[in-house]
Amino acid sequence: MIAYLTRRVVLAAITIWAITAVTFIILKLPPVDFVDAYVAQASSTGSSISAAEADALRAAYGLNESYLVQYTKWLSLVASGDFGRSFEYGRPVTEVIGDRLWLTVLLSLGAIVVTWTMALPIGIYSAVRQYSWGDYIFTFVGFIGLAVPSFLLALIVMYFGLRLFNMSVGGLFSSDFALAPWSWAKLWDLMKHLPVPMLILALPGIAQLVRIMRANLLDELRRPYVMTARARGLAERKVIMKYPVRAAMNPFASTIGYLLPYTVSGSIIISIVLSLPTVGPLLLRSLIAQDMLLASTIILMLGIMTVIGTLLSDLLLMWIDPRIRLGQLK
Amino acid sequence: MADPILSIRDLHTYFFADEGVVRAVDGTSFDLYAGQTLGIVGESGCGKSVTARSILRIVDRPGRIVSGEILLRRADGSVTDMVKLPADGREARAIRGGEIGLVFQEPMSSLSAFHTIGNQLIEAVRLHAPLSKKQARARAIELLAMVGIPRPEQRVDAYSFELSGGLRQRVMVALALAGEPRVLIADEPTTALDVTTQAQILELIRSLQRDRDLAVILITHDMGVIAEMADDVVVMYLGKEVEKGPVDAIFHAPLHPYTRALLRSIPNVLAEPREKLATIAGSIPHPFARPRGCPFHPRCTEAIQGLCDVAFPETFDVGAQQAAACHLLNKPAA
Repeated sequence: MIAYLTRRVVLAAITIWAITAVTFIILKLPPVDFVDAYVAQASSTGSSISAAEADALRAAYGLNESYLVQYTKWLSLVASGDFGRSFEYGRPVTEVIGDRLWLTVLLSLGAIVVTWTMALPIGIYSAVRQYSWGDYIFTFVGFIGLAVPSFLLALIVMYFGLRLFNMSVGGLFSSDFALAPWSWAKLWDLMKHLPVPMLILALPGIAQLVRIMRANLLDELRRPYVMTARARGLAERKVIMKYPVRAAMNPFASTIGYLLPYTVSGSIIISIVLSLPTVGPLLLRSLIAQDMLLASTIILMLGIMTVIGTLLSDLLLMWIDPRIRLGQLK
Repeated sequence: MADPILSIRDLHTYFFADEGVVRAVDGTSFDLYAGQTLGIVGESGCGKSVTARSILRIVDRPGRIVSGEILLRRADGSVTDMVKLPADGREARAIRGGEIGLVFQEPMSSLSAFHTIGNQLIEAVRLHAPLSKKQARARAIELLAMVGIPRPEQRVDAYSFELSGGLRQRVMVALALAGEPRVLIADEPTTALDVTTQAQILELIRSLQRDRDLAVILITHDMGVIAEMADDVVVMYLGKEVEKGPVDAIFHAPLHPYTRALLRSIPNVLAEPREKLATIAGSIPHPFARPRGCPFHPRCTEAIQGLCDVAFPETFDVGAQQAAACHLLNKPAA
């Protein structure tokens, strides 16, 4: 168990290091380095940056030195929490990302919770009542959920929300609260806006996990240990919930790893359609504007989130599967 | 002889698949007495395991008991027909494990890898006795000791994959006996084990039977196991009972050509070196393409053209206890 844990943590650390290297390469990809881009941007908008300021920036990032020195300087700045300035917004990167980060996390976690709470019971039902009407209906809806692009779904929901209920489903805040400081009223306003985007974000994941759960559980239901549990007089419902469902849970735990970053990067289009103030649209804009310090920060965050998510799902797997805990499976 | 504990009367269990109906068990009848062992023997797919599952009412969909009676004589002398009980009802569940225990053939996959063996044993104990968790755990350790598992206090917290095949099968026996049943059904209990372990498991079942006056149904394809363990034998072929009788009669005066063929295919220590082992020609027909007439006729060396491939033979009694379903026995009284 200790060996498994250590291996996972060491692998995670190595992966994070590799992600910083790739992020640095992305940061250096544009032909014009970011300080020159900043100066050009400033002059085009009428303001100007003094030569001294530009030189100070170049010195801080070591832009006139070797790539290795540049990488080290950038990494130590990032490690100390200094992500630099966004030239597009003219503000520090941390400030630009600001609230968007935890709104994104809130939305993502919400979507994951919705995904699980919907997919688990539907998947179990579909497997236990295979080829029943309910199973066929869920299968049909599930395939539609998989096939329809979520942004289209978002548009449809918005249209009907507006036409039928006269409500605006875009954004996470009403216009009164969007720029207001935090208060209970603003929090309540956020709560009212969350469910629709959460559901839209969750839908493809639900459809996918229902299929996975159904297939896994169908496999497990045929295993002899299910028959043994029945043979000792355990009630059918308990038989299913305690044994095969437990065994079919493994893929659920594994999905956290990719669900976390998916809800950020995979949801850019949905976020734009629903004008959600999350990190996704920011990433797209920063890439278009070649606002590299902002873009690289977001990419770095996404990468680290994936690693943390995978590590979490590994820990969860270890908790639910004794074969992993006791080193039977590698 | 005393009343039988378990009487199966003309049991039919069919599987209703999209491709057609599989008659997995097609008219089986036998009696089981306390302290006796009934061997059910036949090739794979002949309906042995489905018979066992039917008795416990745990046949998987699309299988269903179509007709017949499974009469269980309870401790108080009353008789319950398992077929009439709702399969997941309270009474059927109390009988499952509480009156009839079942040991399966695959000790690896018959235990959940996600739960300790103690967890599964304690569950089985508490389903049939009003014990606290602590008492049930003590009982689970007793059960493990009873089936001869060394260091049961530690093994109770082990997972099945941490045990050897033989120990796992011992755990399965403990699990089947956790509810103090009077009937034990062992469905190919030794198939997945090596020869030494097989002998140990059979000896375990025999000693438990002696101690508790258990009625045992031993399902196997191995005539050697039958010879060693059984008092009475039922030979099954394609869901049909082809012959039954006391073990001595079956071995020394087999009536049905299928029984004779099964006996010929046992390796003999007295055989000449390099002598070829007799086999039964052909293979079991596909379940959807059951032959007309006697199901065994395409493989039978003594089949009578125009009779065996047309009509299913009735069952002929030979002597007081032996009976077989074969046209060859229909000799005109001379």
